[in-house]
Amino acid sequence: MNTLMTGNEAIARGVYEYGVSVAAAYPGTPSTEILENIVKYPEVYCQWSPNEKVAMEVGIGAAIAGARSIVTMKMVGVNVAADPLFTVAYTGIRAGLVLVSADDPGMHSSQNEQDNRLYAAFAKIPMLEPSNSQEAKDMVGLAMEISETFDTPVMLRITTRIAHSLSLVELNDPIERLVKTYERNPRKYVMLPGNGRARRLVVEERMHKLADYTETVAVNNMELKDQSIGIITSGISYQYVKEALPTASVLKLGLTNPLPSGLIKEFAAKVDKLYVVEELEPYMEKEVRLLGINVIGKELFPPYGELSVRMVSEKISGQPVITVAPVFDAPIRPPVMCPGCPHRGIFYTLKQLKLVVSGDIGCYTLGAMAPLEAMDTTICMGASISAGLGMIKAHPEMAENMVAVIGDSTFLHSGITGLMDVVYNGGNLTTLILDNSITGMTGHQHNPASGKTLMGQAAPQVDFVALCKALGVKRITEVDPFDLARVKEIIKTEVAAPEPSVIIARRPCALIIKNTEKPLQVQDCTGCKMCLKLGCPALSFDEVNKTIQVDQALCTGCGLCINVCKFKALRKAGDA
Amino acid sequence: MSKIINVLLVGVGGQGTILASKILTHVAIAQGYEVKMSEIHGMAQRGGSVVTQVRMGENVYSPVIEAGEADFIVAFEQLEAYRWAHFLKKDGVLIVNTQKIVPLTVLIGAATYPESILVDLKERVECFIGLDGLKLASEAGNAKATNVVLMGVLSKYMDFPADSWQNALVARIPAKMLELNKKAFAYGVAMAK
Repeated sequence: MNTLMTGNEAIARGVYEYGVSVAAAYPGTPSTEILENIVKYPEVYCQWSPNEKVAMEVGIGAAIAGARSIVTMKMVGVNVAADPLFTVAYTGIRAGLVLVSADDPGMHSSQNEQDNRLYAAFAKIPMLEPSNSQEAKDMVGLAMEISETFDTPVMLRITTRIAHSLSLVELNDPIERLVKTYERNPRKYVMLPGNGRARRLVVEERMHKLADYTETVAVNNMELKDQSIGIITSGISYQYVKEALPTASVLKLGLTNPLPSGLIKEFAAKVDKLYVVEELEPYMEKEVRLLGINVIGKELFPPYGELSVRMVSEKISGQPVITVAPVFDAPIRPPVMCPGCPHRGIFYTLKQLKLVVSGDIGCYTLGAMAPLEAMDTTICMGASISAGLGMIKAHPEMAENMVAVIGDSTFLHSGITGLMDVVYNGGNLTTLILDNSITGMTGHQHNPASGKTLMGQAAPQVDFVALCKALGVKRITEVDPFDLARVKEIIKTEVAAPEPSVIIARRPCALIIKNTEKPLQVQDCTGCKMCLKLGCPALSFDEVNKTIQVDQALCTGCGLCINVCKFKALRKAGDA
Repeated sequence: MSKIINVLLVGVGGQGTILASKILTHVAIAQGYEVKMSEIHGMAQRGGSVVTQVRMGENVYSPVIEAGEADFIVAFEQLEAYRWAHFLKKDGVLIVNTQKIVPLTVLIGAATYPESILVDLKERVECFIGLDGLKLASEAGNAKATNVVLMGVLSKYMDFPADSWQNALVARIPAKMLELNKKAFAYGVAMAK
């Protein structure tokens, strides 16, 4: 019997079956579960890196040294890893190197919607796009084969619907896991301009060879049926097309860089009306047009969001498929900071102090939402500190009225250089490092400060105080984020100080500790609702009794609300 | 078997929709169906709305169910039933655990929890089954088995043999929790009769 697997699980299975020895990543939705599944195969060495650039370089080093390697990341992570990626396209590798880019059309959990197929074209590397989990697994093998045959890194590009959808996968026994010997070859691997110029030509030759290969590779194939309509498609869009238009002819493309121009011309000649169905950018459509072929694409389909069976059906037939019942007016249920979350009190205080908050990416970005609403900007991983410095350089007086807020994992990812810049260029910025000892939002992955590796080994922990000191920060304070009075006092003092400062708010994520506290009790509540400003899911207002009630199943007894209540109505069980 | 069956499981993060979907897909695969399933996680796991989409049939392409196309919706919470009701087919079956989990938007007074949910749903949906799954699960021995109670209810409306559901429970639930969950499942079945 075949096994139901997500695309991410299937890629991990492919890593196991196709002799991959080294895997590295930084977690990011929708890519995170690839490494979390690879770790189940002890034959494969795998690791979380501090960021995607580092992960990419670990993969490059391993592949140059002779081991099949895979590096996985969400699409914005490729921006971070782009520097080494573009140059390893010149050097090539000794053993297979595959980069998995997990794109997020529809922005289910991302800050932008970039289409990373353009990266493959830009970096001049071959790209594969699976349309289900079976193909995701198979394409790990094909990508390794292409990588080694053509001496190039390969991109395996998936989207959220491939990564997180389950479909049936046939499991095979693994091939032998061989690591080649290392061979020194500076002219190939030392990218001085002289060597680089020579390799630049190799890149063009390689793309020419790949242009021939892509015409005949099995993953690019025509499914000829009714020839009045022909559709060129790839990835998840293929599934939508097959369901929406079961009788149409389809040119299904699995190797989408370089695109098979001969096959496209042949297909176009066979059909009356030609469409390209693809999510996001008109990546294939533009190439088809360059061939002088008339095609319908983005004039029907939006360059944003996800496609669907219904959209494909309606746009191509021009007819609405069904009428849908009206949507009931249901209040939204956004993700929230958990009960007992150590971030809550920090944002409550920042709001109280009316500070400008330069924010960052993690669970704590939820501090931007009601009722906390204490965040002014969030751009990308690590931007809080450096963007905060920019704000101060634009308005020096803002230094007395603002903070940068960043989590432990994000600080290690790309906040350190920003803090270095603050010290170097004399910005009086106060940085709050919210150290909850884990990478939270993506589901609790270890990092260089958490004391453990992906494979479960104990690891040294980054000492944030010593690190900040070494960067030249003189004012460093540590605080328990549950001690609200002290948090407020320290933030006020540090924001006022005329030099760079760091406040480290340290308490583990509420979901990773064994909680021994009992839920809180309410007595003599005046109904002032002050505690509701914390936005804790365990607190609600009982409209009948006009008092606060504590959800006994949700409350972790963290006691944050005790600090906020002026009437001592909230108390620990047993306290008088 | 040429028809595709669409089942939507909706609830709140932490309610056990994933285990429920594993039981359901186990049954479908054992009956020879091709199965595809889609679940969006990430930001959603912090107490937000969660939805799992299961599609089964001879040939299933898309893993995604669209509005108006669910044959069955199993809602683990009232408001989530309300939110997703327009996904139900005209003659579809709506199973609702009447438990209320109040979202933060309501807790802080920015919105109100609609009072008319069950009335509105009954009025729109011909095949509506509302039950206190939490109570049934607690009676079976553990409130966390609400998801399995709901699968028991669903089993009565789907066309799969009873023993295939029992096999799925055995395959998907740890041995020491099995008896309790079998009981929870049976309570769901009895409720549906």
